Order: sequence, then structure tokens, then C-alpha cells
Amino acid sequence: MAIETDALPQLTNEEIKRYSRHLIMPEVGVDGQRRLKAGSVLCVGAGGLGSPAAMYLAAAGVGRIGVVDFDVVDFSNLQRQIIHGTSSVGKTKLQSAKERLTDINPNIQVDTYETALSSENALELFKPYDVILDGTDNFPTRYLTNDACVLLGKPNAYGSIFRFEGQASVFAAKDGPCYRCLYPEPPPPGLVPSCAEGGVLGVLPGVIGVIQATEAIKLIAGIGEPLIGRFLIYDALRMRFRELKLRKDPDCPVCGTNPTVTRLIDYEAFCGLRPSVEEEAAQMVQGAAKATSQTDITAVELKQRMDRGDALTIVDVREPNEYQINRLPGSQLIPLGEIPRRYAELNPEDEIVVSCKIGGRSAKAADYLRSVGFKHVLNLKGGIIAWVDKVDPTMPRY
Amino acid sequence: MATKILIPTPLRPYTDKQEAVEASGTTIGELLVDLTTKYSGLKAHLYNEQGKLRSFVNIYINDEDIRYLQKDQTPVSATDTVSIIPSVAGGV
Repeated sequence: MAIETDALPQLTNEEIKRYSRHLIMPEVGVDGQRRLKAGSVLCVGAGGLGSPAAMYLAAAGVGRIGVVDFDVVDFSNLQRQIIHGTSSVGKTKLQSAKERLTDINPNIQVDTYETALSSENALELFKPYDVILDGTDNFPTRYLTNDACVLLGKPNAYGSIFRFEGQASVFAAKDGPCYRCLYPEPPPPGLVPSCAEGGVLGVLPGVIGVIQATEAIKLIAGIGEPLIGRFLIYDALRMRFRELKLRKDPDCPVCGTNPTVTRLIDYEAFCGLRPSVEEEAAQMVQGAAKATSQTDITAVELKQRMDRGDALTIVDVREPNEYQINRLPGSQLIPLGEIPRRYAELNPEDEIVVSCKIGGRSAKAADYLRSVGFKHVLNLKGGIIAWVDKVDPTMPRY
Repeated sequence: MATKILIPTPLRPYTDKQEAVEASGTTIGELLVDLTTKYSGLKAHLYNEQGKLRSFVNIYINDEDIRYLQKDQTPVSATDTVSIIPSVAGGV
């Protein structure tokens, strides 16, 4: 990014007109705009965060924008993934994003990568870009993005959201902390709900995504004070911003003085989503294959057992407003947060089926019930959405 | 002596939906024990089976991470604000 001014690309007359509001500011000026034109950002994810970020990066004249996404535009995306529109539903997110970005600014180069980011491709994908913008939605990919940035020496304009709260920072900058300095360990799967389960205020990723884009622009243009070593916390409902201090951890396994992680690892195993290769081999050798069938029940199996007249207690752990939208026949509602206080309402000898929207929260509730002595607890795999898809499509889907 | 603790959104289901609660203690360690006694649903989210603070949750006193102060021995006063900052991954 520290290119000699003479080597920077010149601006065309059209670009001078287009970026005039940048050029007349001393903080950017012609040289700053030329740096942006020479600069490149890779947006990992064209969803809630990636959408506004990529659009503003295009508008600002970042010369090359890469987008990584393998998803297709869905109706429920439109409440916040502002780069896509109603006419994009059914298109790939990449196709939709590329059309929009090219319309905003035909001068820039838009590269699309229709793939899931993985340990096999991350280093190659990241290499050509100056800044990586983390707009992903799961822990394994966040750790993967972080580690790849540290290994390559590329800054990571980080942002994340949950309901109406957001976080932003710049990780993996030289002498700055990385994501693992802040969070050495991911939460166990199912502990933190995804956007589909927790919901998200549509405008929230708009704010955080543009903060990420702002940081990317500052890093490329070499202006302002980036969020290196600073953790920005945003609460949209209270409209409060807070800033916490972040430090580089000298013992960090990736960016510390004696790194132990020098290659990309299996991030799904790291986040507990899949046993590691060693654990799987050990289980097979012992002949004790993990029997998830004893802890889960599918929607179709549940329907069969209900039709047979089996005595089942169905506990729905969603929130009351979700229960108003749809519910399993014969279910009772105990929201997840109330389970520790209200499980005494249930009989520990009964056969209990726990459900939620897609199976994450109910898995947690099922584990909790087992831990307090419930003998026969089954988690409804795929939640009520699986029931709507496989058993009763007349029920509303949300 | 009660200190204010800010509760992040993912943990509010376990504090009766409150975004800030009060707890007593002269150190962070004492404060968190009081907090998890009052709101037992929080315990599993903050502590692992060995009773250690989980490392995907950070505790801040004002704007400083306790890991760089005296960890759970960090002294706390009534005028401090303690925040629990969990890692969240949402982005889509």
C-alpha cells in the first residue's frame, strides 16, 4: 500500500468529476484518490455487512473489489442486504452484487469468487488484495479470515452484529492485535444464535458495514486514525458508541512472539462443529461411533410418533412473538432463558422433545435438561422450519 | 457496595432481559460470583467446567480488559462500570 506517488495511476477527467468531493478535501485530495484507485479490498461475504461496505467502496473509487460468496439471494435477505433488490431474488449474490457495483462505478474492477472460503483457498484468494473486509456470519470463517490475514500480513477490517448491537475493529495490522488476541477461543456451537435465530435490526449492518468500509478506505489512503487496538461497540437501540482498548497479546498463537499456528488449520474442528480427524479415528477404533440419533429426532420421525399416539411432551423454547407465528401441535412454550427457572414444570421421567426455529437453541435447552437429570430428551433436528418443510407446508415459514 | 455490570444482548435472556444489573464485590472475581449466584443461567456461559472464565467472553472494567490488569483480582469500586463483551459472529 505504500506506493510512490509517481507510480500511482492517474485520474481520468471523468473520474475527476466523479470524485470531486473527495479531491477538494485536503484529507483525500488527488493523491489520496489515486491511492484508492490503486487499492484493492476483498469483501468476504456479500450479505448484511458486505452489501453496504462494497457499495461504498465502489462509490469511493477503490480500484479493485473482490467479493466472496456462494449464496443465492433470498427474500428474507432484502430487509438488510441492501446491495440486492427484489429483482435479484433467485440470482446468486455474486451476480447481483457485481451488477450493482458496476452500476455504481463502472471504472472499478469487480472480481467474484463463487466459493466458500476454506483453509485450502484462503491464502490464494487474499493474496492480491490490500485489505480484507470480514463480513462473514460464523465463527470458523472468522477465525480462518483472521489467521490468513496474519499469515499474509494483511489488515482485516472486522465487523460483526447481533440483533441491534455491533462490533468493529481493525485486526492483523502491523503491531496491532488480531482477532485471537481478543478471543482466543470460540464459543461452543449453539451458544450464540445466528441472525436467523436471533434476528437482526435491518439497519444495523448498514452502520457497521460502512464503518468497515471507512476503515478500509483510511488504510488504503493512509489517512485518519484506524481502529487498530480499539474495539468499537455500538448499541443501535440506545444509540451509544463505546470504545474499549485492545492489546496485542504477546502469547497469541498466531500473531504473538512465538506463534504456534503457522499454517491454516481445520476451523470447523477448532470451533467444535466437527470432531477433528484424530478424534474421529479414535471413535471408530473404539467402535463407539457418536450416536446422534439418541439425542435428536427428525420432523418426520416426530410426526410418525405423534400419529402412533406416543406420549410425548413437546417443549418449544422460542420467544413468545415467534410462538405467535407458528407452533407445533400440542407444544408448550418455555423460552430458552426461562428454562433454568421453569424446568420444574416438566416431569423428568417424561419423554421430552425440545424444539426451536432451526434447532440451535433447542440443542442447548436439551443439554441443560439432561444436565439437571432429565432422562429422555430429544432435540428436534432442524426445528419448526424442518417441520414446515417436511411435514406441514401449510404452516407459515419465517 | 454495588457495581453496575452491563449485560450484552446474547446474555440478556439469563438476566430477565435486563441490560444492566448490579452486583456486589471488591474484586472482579467476587463480583462475578455474586452475579452468577443471582442469575444462575449465566454461569455456564461465563465459566467452563473447571470454573475458569471462558475465553470467548471478555470482561472489561471501564475500557480496560481485566486480562491486562489483575484478572479476577482486579479491584472494583462502585463508580466503575464492568462490561461483559462476548464474541459474536453475525454478519449476514
